[in-house]
Amino acid sequence: MKPPTDTDTLTAPALDLPSETTAVENPAVGIDQTAGNFSYKMEYAFDAGTGLSEATVRYISSVKKEAPWILEFRLAALKKFFAMPLPTHWATKDLEAIDFQKIRYYLSQGQKPKRTWDEVPDDIKKTFERLGIPEQERKFLAGVEAQFDSEAAYSNIKEIVAKQGVIFVNSTEGLREHPELFKKFFGKVIPTGDNKFSALNSAVFSGGSFIYVPKGVKVAQPLQAYFRINAENFGQFERTLIIADEGSEVVYMEGCTAPKFSTSTLHSAVVELVALKGAKIQYITVQNWANNVFNLVTKRGIAHEDAEIKWIDCNIGSRLTMKYPGVVLKGERARGEVISIALANDGQHQDTGAKMIHAANHTTSNIVAKSISVGQGRSTYRGVVHIPKHLKGCKNNTECDALLINTNSRTDTYPAITVRGDKNSTQHEASVSKVSEDMIFYMQQRGLTEGQAMSLAVNGFINDLARQFPMEYSVELKRLIDLEMEGSVG
Amino acid sequence: MSATTLTAPPSLVGSFTPEAFAAHLASLPPTLPAWWIARKRAAYARFAALPLPSRTDELWRFSSIGTLTLDGFTLPAAVTSVPHAPSGIPQAAKLVFANGRLFSRQPLSAELSARGVIVDTLQNALVQHETLVREHLLAQPPKLGSPKFAALHEAFLADGAFISVPRDVQLDLPIGIFAYALGATAAVFPHTLVVAGENARVSVVEYFGSGDDTEAQFAAGANDLYAGHGAQIAYIGKQSWSRRALSFQSNSTVVRRDARVQSLNLHLGGRQARHESLSQLAAPGAFSEMLALTVAETGQEFDQRTLQIHQAPNTKSDLLYKNALRGTAKTIFSGLIVVDPDAQKTDAYQSNRNLMLSDDAEACSLPGLEIQANDVRCTHGATSSRIDPEQEFYLQSRGIAKEAADELLTFGFFEEVLNRLVNDDLHEALRTLIQTKFKQ
Repeated sequence: MKPPTDTDTLTAPALDLPSETTAVENPAVGIDQTAGNFSYKMEYAFDAGTGLSEATVRYISSVKKEAPWILEFRLAALKKFFAMPLPTHWATKDLEAIDFQKIRYYLSQGQKPKRTWDEVPDDIKKTFERLGIPEQERKFLAGVEAQFDSEAAYSNIKEIVAKQGVIFVNSTEGLREHPELFKKFFGKVIPTGDNKFSALNSAVFSGGSFIYVPKGVKVAQPLQAYFRINAENFGQFERTLIIADEGSEVVYMEGCTAPKFSTSTLHSAVVELVALKGAKIQYITVQNWANNVFNLVTKRGIAHEDAEIKWIDCNIGSRLTMKYPGVVLKGERARGEVISIALANDGQHQDTGAKMIHAANHTTSNIVAKSISVGQGRSTYRGVVHIPKHLKGCKNNTECDALLINTNSRTDTYPAITVRGDKNSTQHEASVSKVSEDMIFYMQQRGLTEGQAMSLAVNGFINDLARQFPMEYSVELKRLIDLEMEGSVG
Repeated sequence: MSATTLTAPPSLVGSFTPEAFAAHLASLPPTLPAWWIARKRAAYARFAALPLPSRTDELWRFSSIGTLTLDGFTLPAAVTSVPHAPSGIPQAAKLVFANGRLFSRQPLSAELSARGVIVDTLQNALVQHETLVREHLLAQPPKLGSPKFAALHEAFLADGAFISVPRDVQLDLPIGIFAYALGATAAVFPHTLVVAGENARVSVVEYFGSGDDTEAQFAAGANDLYAGHGAQIAYIGKQSWSRRALSFQSNSTVVRRDARVQSLNLHLGGRQARHESLSQLAAPGAFSEMLALTVAETGQEFDQRTLQIHQAPNTKSDLLYKNALRGTAKTIFSGLIVVDPDAQKTDAYQSNRNLMLSDDAEACSLPGLEIQANDVRCTHGATSSRIDPEQEFYLQSRGIAKEAADELLTFGFFEEVLNRLVNDDLHEALRTLIQTKFKQ
């Protein structure tokens, strides 16, 4: 482990060619599953070494020059993490394959993100260019943060948005520069001890976005964060906190990729959303990690009076994803929604779902989850809907549909619904099906190949959800499904 | 039994101490086969060693754990009278058990006996039909979270009903089984084993009752239903234990090729009543219909856990569990459909409907699916809501008072399940039983 230094200067990175140069059809697009499969050999200026101990946490905190309360927060979280067992009494035993002492918890070139792409070190810049981030920024984004391993390499927000008072910074900067805004909600939506992985994140978090949207401000274009893992045996633990003040609106998108190493990589984020009175937050994730990544993420929002939080969650990559975006409906007439698409191919387990906690009258929630299992892939829906005593007028609707492509594909559904009192209603429905042979036959006799027909049918299955994605993402989603479906029939 | 199992800590065995077990064994007739006694000893050892369910136990999610107790119960003595058995329908044969002992019986007609139908006590059957009993008695593993209570049942099971219908014999009238727990702290372990041979047809109506509603009793019962190729079994269980009873009932159903089993469980009694039901669709063409109706009142918790396992292609299961909740009642429904790899053409359905009739009631639903084959039709649904205000309004607009309208709509809610019964007399008898409890 290197001792922390006082400078933010970068050591000159070795300009290597990508260590894996696979043939990629269209590398300019972030969502292509093969597009992320490359990495550069990096010299990291800051490295917390391998394994996890109090020293690791102290190292991270000191290179970030954090206030003492944050270090306390981290150390308390670390204790919790060590004390809590893995949740294997309900979750998959595959979690036991994670060796927490073989992971590198902090790697960076410096703690201060650059404001222009020109300042970003060449190979990091090349990475993001290859993923198409600067291009997307020019085209349709209000602000971009690009995180490379532990820290954001680039962070910028369009001037017009900044002038409205919107704050868009990384977690370190947010806690240091705007404690009055962020400290109040930090770790409040998702307490440290919520689960073992939120405790881990709280101990070693680095990067992520802290966003504040002032009263009444409606951010016209989405803000985007892009998370990139470059190093092997690495754990990425970004922390995101979005506060939408009264009557404001914001759309946030995140994308992620990592190269495919032979060893496993861990990604464990904590994302907290706060929608104050009448605010609207839409959080869009397109998760496309390489399929050796354990993606164990805790995401939850609090919706105050008349506020609306909508999670749009699309999981295509990773070896194991466990992610159940939640909304605590705290104020009257608050609304929560989770739209979820999961695609599990060979060797993948997409364990996703939603959590809706009704805590005020007339709150409504809606969950629509669709999953596709291909080959030996396994997709799981897990959900919690909770309507406690003496509330009235609460409603929940849950729909889960699973599509199984091959004979031995697998899907599970485990919802848990608790309703108290006679003034609320819930409904839950789930179905499992395969693509109808008649449909495939019809398309084949109109001249499509079986593979094309299958792609069309699968796209049709998720079409009503895919349309809710921003145009750029939904087009890519379709393309990606076409790729995944190749060779899946016959 | 080894010495170590005899010194289990009392908290794990409660009233069911090694001494109580020894006394139970001593009370059994000496004619029982040695393998059965050995199984009981092994079961007691398991019972004594296993922990009580804990809060983190996924199969006990939402259940009240703190109120589970093994203390304060006694193995009751024989009785001289039993309450009037509310059968309401003609029966082909009847066995009445009180406190685990045969109390009275109405034998089968000579004609049915001559055709090989057997309705007898387990104690007799263990001697006279040893092979058949050994093959089916408690043969399926407890998969739904109560291995401890299943072991307790096996260890203390004194007597129960054995029904066997041979190949091609079809009974028109149901067989009635009555199991009573009498006495303030009585612990009972009722058991019914039904074996239907190829193309046989039989229906069984089982009634569980107590002396009165003040008795804080304990029941750990089980039934095994085995439907051979093409057989049809209809099983009706009416659970009406004392309102202060703690009850565990576990059902295990095996459905063979082209066989059909319909089971309907009515849950009315108990302060905390758990029912576990396992259906194994073991061969193509098998069909299991699982029905349940619960009327839950203040102070009652009904905990229902089901598992539908499709082990072969072209099998079908259909589950409908309806709960009406009043006062501070709590119900839990946890169901799982498992489709094994290659069990293609499975058609499985699972539905849980909770009717919330009070602002203090609590309904938990955990409808689950685990599907490992793609050419299947599996759906499930769970709803919780109050009486539909539109329907209520319609009835009121036709001049029916609100209370009467609500009662009608609630009875209508139950009818969907009762209508699935083919036997009209039975339908009528059950309707009366439910409406009586509901009007109390």
